[in-house]
Amino acid sequence: MLEVKNLNAHYGAIHALKGISFTVNKGEIVTLIGSNGAGKSTTLNSISGLIKNRKGSIKFEDEEIIKCRTDEIVKRGIVQVPEGRRIFAELTVEENLKMGAYLRNDSDGVKKDMKKVFDMFPRLAERKTQLGGTLSGGEQQMLAIARALLSKPKLLMLDEPSMGLAPIIVEQIFAFIKEMNEKDGLTILLVEQNANMALSIAHRGYVLETGNIVLSDTAEKLRTDDEVRKAYLGEG
Amino acid sequence: MFGEQLVNGLALGSIYALTAIGFTMVYGIIRLINFAHGDIFMIGAFFALSSVTLFNAPLIVAFLVGMAGASIVGILLSRLAYKPLFDAPRINLFLAAIGAAILFENFAMLVWGPQTNTFPVLIDMHNYSILGLKFTTLQVIILVCTIIFMILLHLLVNKTKVGIAMRCTAQDMNTARLMGINTDRMVYVTFAIGSSLGAAAGILVGMYYQAVYPMMGFMTGLKAFVAAVLGGIGSIPGAMLGGLVLGISESLGAAYISSGFRDGIAFIILILILLIKPSGILGKVTQEKV
Repeated sequence: MLEVKNLNAHYGAIHALKGISFTVNKGEIVTLIGSNGAGKSTTLNSISGLIKNRKGSIKFEDEEIIKCRTDEIVKRGIVQVPEGRRIFAELTVEENLKMGAYLRNDSDGVKKDMKKVFDMFPRLAERKTQLGGTLSGGEQQMLAIARALLSKPKLLMLDEPSMGLAPIIVEQIFAFIKEMNEKDGLTILLVEQNANMALSIAHRGYVLETGNIVLSDTAEKLRTDDEVRKAYLGEG
Repeated sequence: MFGEQLVNGLALGSIYALTAIGFTMVYGIIRLINFAHGDIFMIGAFFALSSVTLFNAPLIVAFLVGMAGASIVGILLSRLAYKPLFDAPRINLFLAAIGAAILFENFAMLVWGPQTNTFPVLIDMHNYSILGLKFTTLQVIILVCTIIFMILLHLLVNKTKVGIAMRCTAQDMNTARLMGINTDRMVYVTFAIGSSLGAAAGILVGMYYQAVYPMMGFMTGLKAFVAAVLGGIGSIPGAMLGGLVLGISESLGAAYISSGFRDGIAFIILILILLIKPSGILGKVTQEKV
């Protein structure tokens, strides 16, 4: 579904991605793990076009998208939940969700999906008319995911969904991610520092180190890999 | 005399408010103090004037021509002069704005001449008494136009999808992009709205003082900027309030202190607000929850 080949990205003078290649197949959860500054978020931002200074090839459903603007990429079905959630603080919960559905013209479908995410996250339904900025961190993460779901993604890209959240909330969020994948067959590209959590729900994983992919395997094998355990799982 | 000056201040303040909205909206979305905004105000007045003098257009048509023309100029300005600099440091954008202002002023001198043009009187003047205050027809028109524009703007910004998308773009441009919003287009829409409201103010000023001239946007532009800062730059209700406060203080100050001091009052207010509450009356101190 997504095929990244020899992707290079620059952040000002920094060569942040040095020609990485990876694929995400339909129905998979693929995770990119690695330490701070390895280029995980840069990878997502390059795919979604937020970083314009990028070279190489990004094919989505067999079409080259590296020259596309972010809104065109979203229109094709690649939807990113940004790092730090990025809720519109001065918009209500409902308005935030409506912005997720910005590109859709099927108002009945949007209403139905709105109801669906409210069923999925009852907390958001209770806080429908509250301003986004007044929600707790966990609620904001739920809202960020719900907002992305309203865009009807074919590929959902999650950037550090566990960041700054209490362990119990992280478990809930990951349970949702797994459920979306298993129940609705949603394809997910997950970027996480919490490698343990990420590998526990992913099918496959790639390990990034200073702009290069150094390892790729099934999640299960990565979890038992000595190097990975030492470097990213805090073991050994 | 107090009543008279209050009415005067309300009319003047409405005009500042309409102009200040353009400043505040553009600042809100691309963090630029658009110093060419005052000149768009002037261009709008000239478009309306020309449609009256050349084509005998009725007042309402003159308004539409002026506002539509100015919004096209605003879009062109943002597309041609500002868009290439969106990713550059803000100072470059600011310099481009000053350059654009000089260009517009000289363009107007070239096309319409440097002299002051009289805006023909298109309405019958009467005096009205409302709540004990005396208004002229023109003052009523200024107030009514301003109220209508403010209501329309409020509905547009808060109730429509485009309006909410504009607010998203102003709050967080990258995340707005991730929603599928074409943020460049939102910037152009912002310029179009701000410019058309500025043009409406320019036409009203032209009618009020019966004078349209190439440098007319300079002082009003500066004062509208003061109004925007006074209300809290980036805030639309702030711009409305700031404009009214400024207009009324200026009128009362001119009447009770000295009329020669009229223009000074705005800048004294600017200095005071920057010393006491730099974020403005309705401005927020930016804080983000991470």
